Amino acid sequence: MSDFEPVIGLEVHVELRTRSKMFCGCSADFGAPPNTHVCPVCLGLPGALPVVNRQAVVYAMRAALALHGDIAEETRFDRKNYHYPDLPKGYQISQYQHPISTGGHLDVHRPDGSVLQVRIRRLHMEEDTGKSLHEGVPAGQSGVDFNRCGVPLIEIVMEADVHSPEDARLTLQTLRTIILYTGVSDVRMEEGSLRCDANVSLRPAGTTAFGTLVEVKNMNSFRSVQRALEFEVRRQGAALEAGERIARETRHWDERRGITFSSRSKEEADDYRYFPEPDLGALRVERAWVAAVAATLPELPEARQQRYVASGLTGYDAGVLVEDPPLGDFFDAIAGVPARSACSWLTVELLGRLNARGESITATRVTPEALSALIRLVEGGTISAKIGKDVLDAMVADGGDPEAIVKARGLTQISDEGALADEVRKVLAAHASVVEDFRSGKGKAFGFLVGQVMKATRGQANPSLVNSLLRKELGS
Amino acid sequence: MSQPALWELPLHALHRLLASGAASAEEICAAFWDRATEQDPHLHAFLDLRSREAVLAEAAAVDRARAAGTALGPLAGLPVALKDNLSTAGWETTCASRILRGYRPPYDATVVARLREAGAVFLGKTNLDEFAMGSSTEHSAFGPTRNPWDLGRVPGGSSGGSAAAVAAGLCPAALGSDTGGSIRQPAALCGVVGLKPTYGRVSRYGLFAFASSLDQIGPFARDVADAATLLEAIAGPDPLDATSARLAVPDYSEALQADLSGLRIGAPRELFGEGVEEDVRASVAAAIDLLGELGANVSECSLPHAGYSLDVYYVIAPAEASSNLARYDGVRYGPRAAGADYVSQFAATRAEGFGPEVRRRIMLGTYALSAGYYDAYYDRAQRVRTLIRRDFAEAFERFDALVAPTSPTVAFPLGSRVEDPLAMYASDICSIPANLAGLPALSVPCGLSNGLPVGLQVIGPAFGEMTILRVGAAFEQASDFRGKRPPMAVLGG
Repeated sequence: MSDFEPVIGLEVHVELRTRSKMFCGCSADFGAPPNTHVCPVCLGLPGALPVVNRQAVVYAMRAALALHGDIAEETRFDRKNYHYPDLPKGYQISQYQHPISTGGHLDVHRPDGSVLQVRIRRLHMEEDTGKSLHEGVPAGQSGVDFNRCGVPLIEIVMEADVHSPEDARLTLQTLRTIILYTGVSDVRMEEGSLRCDANVSLRPAGTTAFGTLVEVKNMNSFRSVQRALEFEVRRQGAALEAGERIARETRHWDERRGITFSSRSKEEADDYRYFPEPDLGALRVERAWVAAVAATLPELPEARQQRYVASGLTGYDAGVLVEDPPLGDFFDAIAGVPARSACSWLTVELLGRLNARGESITATRVTPEALSALIRLVEGGTISAKIGKDVLDAMVADGGDPEAIVKARGLTQISDEGALADEVRKVLAAHASVVEDFRSGKGKAFGFLVGQVMKATRGQANPSLVNSLLRKELGS
Repeated sequence: MSQPALWELPLHALHRLLASGAASAEEICAAFWDRATEQDPHLHAFLDLRSREAVLAEAAAVDRARAAGTALGPLAGLPVALKDNLSTAGWETTCASRILRGYRPPYDATVVARLREAGAVFLGKTNLDEFAMGSSTEHSAFGPTRNPWDLGRVPGGSSGGSAAAVAAGLCPAALGSDTGGSIRQPAALCGVVGLKPTYGRVSRYGLFAFASSLDQIGPFARDVADAATLLEAIAGPDPLDATSARLAVPDYSEALQADLSGLRIGAPRELFGEGVEEDVRASVAAAIDLLGELGANVSECSLPHAGYSLDVYYVIAPAEASSNLARYDGVRYGPRAAGADYVSQFAATRAEGFGPEVRRRIMLGTYALSAGYYDAYYDRAQRVRTLIRRDFAEAFERFDALVAPTSPTVAFPLGSRVEDPLAMYASDICSIPANLAGLPALSVPCGLSNGLPVGLQVIGPAFGEMTILRVGAAFEQASDFRGKRPPMAVLGG
């Protein structure tokens, strides 16, 4: 098996969250009763004609620009002809010869810190199909729901730069994050607003020719993409080792059984009889328009990642913040404290508490300002880290200002050297035998004595001051 | 001549009667409805004639509006027929195909909506070659239409029903569609005026597509003035058709002057070539002489690539048709044949629903678009189409309008070409170039050959409808065809 290198090319469909459909004014919303968002155009009634939704073009451009694509000066639509009950015109309006964007790339950060660059071949616009219904219709019949028919999609075709199932998953997750940042889609694999097909082949390691392509479909989560590809790599590897020929085909991933199965032979290439859509003229994309769209793009994940790393975060911590834009936004709103402690208080302490309560970062009662204040109290030595965590418990439960909580509960750290020296002497007097242990070289005894001072001050003593006072008293 | 019957009058004369109160819309519509009911059994111009009550109720509403002092447009209260490939809300629209029998669209075509707004009263839906594919109206799944000049001959096609209805006085005007000559050729063969506007001048929204890059809706009328009035009513930008031109509609009636002084007219020799009957050639030559007498400066010219028009057309039009007609699968509308699964049901529905000419063109087009053949056929045809366009553009640098025969022959006998597709296709040899170039073209009657009408075609530059209407109107005024009626119209009165 290790003699073969997987070659994986991903094709991704992203449903754009425009208000209306790609070529008509029907609502593009998801979840309405069947066939309520339909009109003569998206039902393909005779005589009805498509008109391009400008918003969808803007969204496609946003996505393309975020992926460093070259926006075409002139783009065209083509008809992709095939028959299926959920395709009411008998063709899908897509883009073939002149897609809105070509080229581009995305940088995939692996957990080990290495970076994989995956090139993008093209990004084009098309309309979604309807959905066949097999439930809620009389037995032996099928229904079709055309609500989804005509919803705008972009298809992103990547070069076969991916060589492991894990990298395929990471690539897809990176793409998802980028699209999420552009705001053009909610990119949810489970709901079908992000769909991925993968072309997989194996070749002897160290060679450059491509093996026979197998297309894998029906992977409905990031995890299933990795699992399906792992299965497929194993299957093809075993077949090749057994001297078998790989069939050119489409295979479906069966999540439950954990296998792919052949769904269609592709020994003969599909003939979609593409030709330019005569109902739509060429779309000239003025450079000023491209610039205007580019100007509306927010900071993108790659830039954000770099900014965080430059501010002192580890690549991993930066990645956690980048992957979850609301979390990153919360982080960005934390002010006046070092980045590393801000990140740790946010992603470990606050997020841990929110997760335990089933709350989200967008709905918590803790504001970035309040968390900033809390971190400043700890950093400035007003309270200890331990007390800070108790205060955060209170903030998560009831909201409120950390300074007020500290004040009301009298939790201010004791940093008064005179007062603490008294406490230290009392503890030493009360634990003479432990002092003896310490003097006879038992290092552990020191920790016990620190603990006793902290206990006596209900945790409010400044730990480093306690340390130095103890050492002074013990003459060590 | 004694007082003509109402059904003998053009729209503008009827409008004057209405405006002066000499006739009511109800009387006018009743006259045409009665005439259509009486004569159509001989012609079969209509696939559906509305009920007398429905027609007269709409006419009466216009009369009431007039009585109440509402200013009425030139079409208000006047009957118009629609080719049965125009979508009409709640009114069966079949494209003369079994595959659409019983289909009642939920929406009006833009042209239908515009005529409704103008107050026109729809009389009925007219016959056509199935899906507008043909030049004789014999490919209608519901039986052919006959030519009112000779019931043994075809009216031309595909808009043969509209042409015959206007020629025989069953309605004063009608709409048709023209993909390769489907308005102009039947207009010529039936001795009426037919206009194919510039591609994009009239919205195609609601026209059941045959070949989307060629299709255009246009009027049939008794005279050029009426054609101008109808064009004005239906033309203009439409947000529902991305190919409709964002250009204001001029006052076409302004164009109609008798004088052609200084107008430069070219006669492209390629459109007078092989297959043009001697009588047709002579009739058109006489018409050209008359244009000269009216002040125009006529000279011969050339469209070097026009000779490839038929070949180009019979790749592009079937290719687009094969895709446009893919939607007729019996899933959402129209009759559905039985089948064990989608594929067999789909195949059976289409085999039963489409006639042989439609099937032939779907197969031709599917082939032309197939992988491995696309470059040799579709792509090559598009390149030649560009050359033809360029030929016209160059010609219009030197000329204001071009003239040619509309059809190479007069009306041919029923059945004479049905079994010979190539002979049938040749019927459009003079009209197809204007479709390929997207140009406006008008057919005006210019004479009779053995009692059968001949049409003069006037082609203009893009959005040059004003010019061709001016040429047509001036010619019509001077021509001795004026007042000629098909024999059945004379007898049938």
